[in-house]
Amino acid sequence: MATIDAGMETGRTLIYRHSLLVRLSHWVNVLCLTVLLFSGLQIFNAHPSLYWGQYGADNDPSFIAMEGVQDGDQAKGLTHVGPFTFDTTGFLGVSNVDGEPTARGFPAWLTIPSYQDLATGRRWHFFFAWLFVINGFAYLAYGFLSPHFRRDLVPAGKELTPAHLGHEVVNHARLRFPKGPEARHYNTLQKLTYLAVIFLLLPLMIGTGLTMSPGFDAMAPWLLDLFGGRQSARTIHFLTAFSLVAFVIVHVAMVILSGVFNNLRSMITGYYAIEPEEKQ
Amino acid sequence: MSRLITRRRFLIGSTLTASALGLSGCDALVESDRTKSVLKIAEGFSMKTQRFLLGDNALAREFTEADLSPVFRANGTSMPDNPQYADWMNSQFSTWKLEVGGLVEKPTQFSLAQLKAMPARTQITRHDCVEGWSAIGKWTGVPLGALLQTVALKPEARYIVFHCADEYEKTLDGTGWYYESVDLVDAFHPQTILAHSMNGRDLEVAHGAPLRLRVERQLGYKQAKYLTRIEAVADLGQLYGGNGGFWEDRGYEWYAGI
Repeated sequence: MATIDAGMETGRTLIYRHSLLVRLSHWVNVLCLTVLLFSGLQIFNAHPSLYWGQYGADNDPSFIAMEGVQDGDQAKGLTHVGPFTFDTTGFLGVSNVDGEPTARGFPAWLTIPSYQDLATGRRWHFFFAWLFVINGFAYLAYGFLSPHFRRDLVPAGKELTPAHLGHEVVNHARLRFPKGPEARHYNTLQKLTYLAVIFLLLPLMIGTGLTMSPGFDAMAPWLLDLFGGRQSARTIHFLTAFSLVAFVIVHVAMVILSGVFNNLRSMITGYYAIEPEEKQ
Repeated sequence: MSRLITRRRFLIGSTLTASALGLSGCDALVESDRTKSVLKIAEGFSMKTQRFLLGDNALAREFTEADLSPVFRANGTSMPDNPQYADWMNSQFSTWKLEVGGLVEKPTQFSLAQLKAMPARTQITRHDCVEGWSAIGKWTGVPLGALLQTVALKPEARYIVFHCADEYEKTLDGTGWYYESVDLVDAFHPQTILAHSMNGRDLEVAHGAPLRLRVERQLGYKQAKYLTRIEAVADLGQLYGGNGGFWEDRGYEWYAGI
């Protein structure tokens, strides 16, 4: 790990934190996941209901559904989650398109393209899905062949003790971020979160996405057993997508709170500044 | 602390504004022909990868009677609006004939009774609409491969085109007729059948009576209903919009395995 002294008087040290491949695959991922989310919502809008099992269509019970209903002379957007119904007019079920309340699952500003066009949404989704998969394989190959996963992401045994984890949770809640030598590495909560995203959520997106393909099902029917059917897979795909959105929100908040400039520089140039520990 | 939060609010606010601007600019990008041709690369990639991994004859999952959808949603046209079809219906389809021609050695017409007398395959499979919903039904019909063997394809035949009695979009130039096509891999796949029965009864009008295609490793819009004519061709460019199907001419993938 290269080290540059950034100034004797401040005691700040620049370390080379992110390799070129990690930085590149990170930003390609940002692009892919952004397009995949918004084109995915376009696809969802073609049939904004989710089911569990092998089949599911209009006459079968859904457990998440959005619809537009006519209430007097007003269009009302309703979102059903299990036995509960929420009035989500303006956002889900019914939202404005060119100033006119229109029945659609997610609003125009969250879909690619903004207007209803399933064919185009699919073209975008599958193109960026391929890019995402190729990028993911390159990253995984690098992660396993280089020391990246072993050195940066796998927590040491002592990091997993309840006392240590509790300590980190408290520090996170107080927005106290590590300084000095400890800041050279990801903390344990970071490691566990990144591992969950890389090895659980993202593979789950790909696995459930492929299960929705009738062609891929013929090759790998075990996917249907794994996820409990094509409609279950569609539901898991949707829920996992929003788990990733939740991850991104927390991730971006942490990037901002723990030093937005330093973090962005390290993910662009690779160099990350370590602040000295406060003198006792 | 308060300064930090102000800065954070500012950053989140400006990010949202930037992405909103980006998204409205998106539609212009979405509509450019160049973008469309680049995105189209993915379809070829998906098809080649699936065909490579699948082999030609991997079967779609078959289910049991217990898995049947209680109600099988009918989609697209549920009653073709055309006088000839009305005549066929009135005759219980006894006057209807399936014409098989194009690049074949022995162009032949088949009556419904003849098709029903041929060896049939029954399969309980899942129908996946491109919109996202699925329904499971039981289909009985003549394997397309067997039918094509009786008319003997010419060597230059590459695709099988299905013409339908269903003008899905009324247009002045007649480009709104429903049609579909598959290549020979799918045409000779054991589960590709011309179904005349559904769930143990004659095919209902809403589901494509008297005959519809089942090509089980692809999406619902490939499963053409109300078949009238099957044509073997060397390429798809000469037909209608040139993309091999009604929905394909309107932007959807010809390879609908995903």
